[in-house]
Amino acid sequence: MPTISLVDYLSIDDDGTPRLIAHECTTCGARYFDRRNACASCFAQEFRPAEVARDGILRAFTIVHFAAEGVPVPFVAGLVDCHGTSVRGNLVNVPPDPEHVSVGMKVRLTTVPVGSDESGVDAVGYAFEPVDREDA
Amino acid sequence: MADNVWILGIHMTNFGKHRDKDTLDLGSEAVLGALGDAGVGMPDIGVMAAGNLIGNPGYGQLLQKQIGQTGIPVFNVSNACATGATALRVAIMAIKAGETDMGLAVGVEKLSGAGLLTGSAAKKQGSTWEREGRFGAVKDLDGLVGTETMPGVFAQIGMEYGHRYGGADFELFAGIAEKNHAHSTLNPKAAYQKRFTLEQIMNDVMIAYPNTRSMCSANCDGAAAAVVVSEAKLRTLSPEQQRRAVKISASVLTSDPWQEACQVLPDINTLTRQAAQQAYEQAGVGPEDLDLVELHDCFATAELVHYDNLGLCEPGNAVDFFKSGATWRDGRLPVNVSGGLESKGHPVSATGIANIWEVATHLRGEAGDRQIEGARVGLAHVIGLGSACGVHILEKAA
Repeated sequence: MPTISLVDYLSIDDDGTPRLIAHECTTCGARYFDRRNACASCFAQEFRPAEVARDGILRAFTIVHFAAEGVPVPFVAGLVDCHGTSVRGNLVNVPPDPEHVSVGMKVRLTTVPVGSDESGVDAVGYAFEPVDREDA
Repeated sequence: MADNVWILGIHMTNFGKHRDKDTLDLGSEAVLGALGDAGVGMPDIGVMAAGNLIGNPGYGQLLQKQIGQTGIPVFNVSNACATGATALRVAIMAIKAGETDMGLAVGVEKLSGAGLLTGSAAKKQGSTWEREGRFGAVKDLDGLVGTETMPGVFAQIGMEYGHRYGGADFELFAGIAEKNHAHSTLNPKAAYQKRFTLEQIMNDVMIAYPNTRSMCSANCDGAAAAVVVSEAKLRTLSPEQQRRAVKISASVLTSDPWQEACQVLPDINTLTRQAAQQAYEQAGVGPEDLDLVELHDCFATAELVHYDNLGLCEPGNAVDFFKSGATWRDGRLPVNVSGGLESKGHPVSATGIANIWEVATHLRGEAGDRQIEGARVGLAHVIGLGSACGVHILEKAA
């Protein structure tokens, strides 16, 4: 089945392993996920691809119960510190309630289905999931 | 050092639903109120700055056509929730630059029934995936990669503070909303003037955990306007005008300096810290000198982090600071005695002048039932996500 990643900065290996590839400033090391014109930190204009660590710590989260039309709720949105690079993403494979989600929890990158288009191409997105204790 | 600038007159409309008034009616009411309060008229005004986000981009000129066309320059400004403070800052800068000795700033918004302010409306999806935008996304990212809703963004900002320093739980954030709603019962201009118990707030409709509905700013209609004057000009005016004038000891506007993560989750902390620091230096006062603070509690989770950002407490100590009762109106440093955006309401472009009105009214001793007795120095803070931060420090006339 042909697939396409949700965003440019998400790359998926043949075995399904997701990787986030940031634009890293070659001068100061600042990392960005969007298309760049220059570095907002040091103003240099050269970037190299840099893979972001695939695990991290949930630094902040919210459980969204009201969202724009068409966005399924509730869901957990969060900010993950992946060994020094902050990544925005949802937290999945966990009940969306404060008893099961807490700041400081260990999480890892995973993929989520986004849907398919008329030619049968599946779009694949990314999210984070809790790291089970026995795996840690 | 340029001449000091003073508030000569200031006015805010009632906040709430104004079904029969449009933005020009509300803006006119605010400006005519401010001119009347100042004891001057449109012919005295040398510059005008106007803000209205959800409406006509040439709002300032449209307003002139209702209240007085004198040929003066108009600056239509836009800076998200800091739009009103930006308009005020433009008028102050024009006076400091010596271009005129009297200026007018106005902000207005009609937001009643606007509902949830989300980042972006879902775009139509084509029959095959196509990459769009700066992330090369094949689908709208709101809800797929985090949230763009304001309650959700600010919820995370509060939770991150809790992660760093501990103690910031649901009940604590709800307690901040409890305080602001309690304060609002003394403010006849507030959109909502109802006290809620902690339990009612926590059991209210959940919007974005930990922010329930009563922990979110209230969309409403309203306007606020201020007339500002140079100190030299003020000294030529009547003793009564001079007595009621309020000194603008500091006027600061900042944007985000780059920080790791600032493009991933908005960083409302760094620019507020920098604005506060600059403002205290300009004014020659410190947080310990403040008698009251109006800060940008667009959500209960935001108020907590700004205690720290504005230096009202020791670094990392915002939770204990709130728990001490300091920020209630009878506490050591009352915060949001107006009821804050959670109950007074948040007509976006008006907010950054309305909070100045609140502080100025206390400094003049004209705040009625909610007067903070003996108030001499106050601070008004506003954040527009993106971000822009306005901090003004005001002092009572000597």
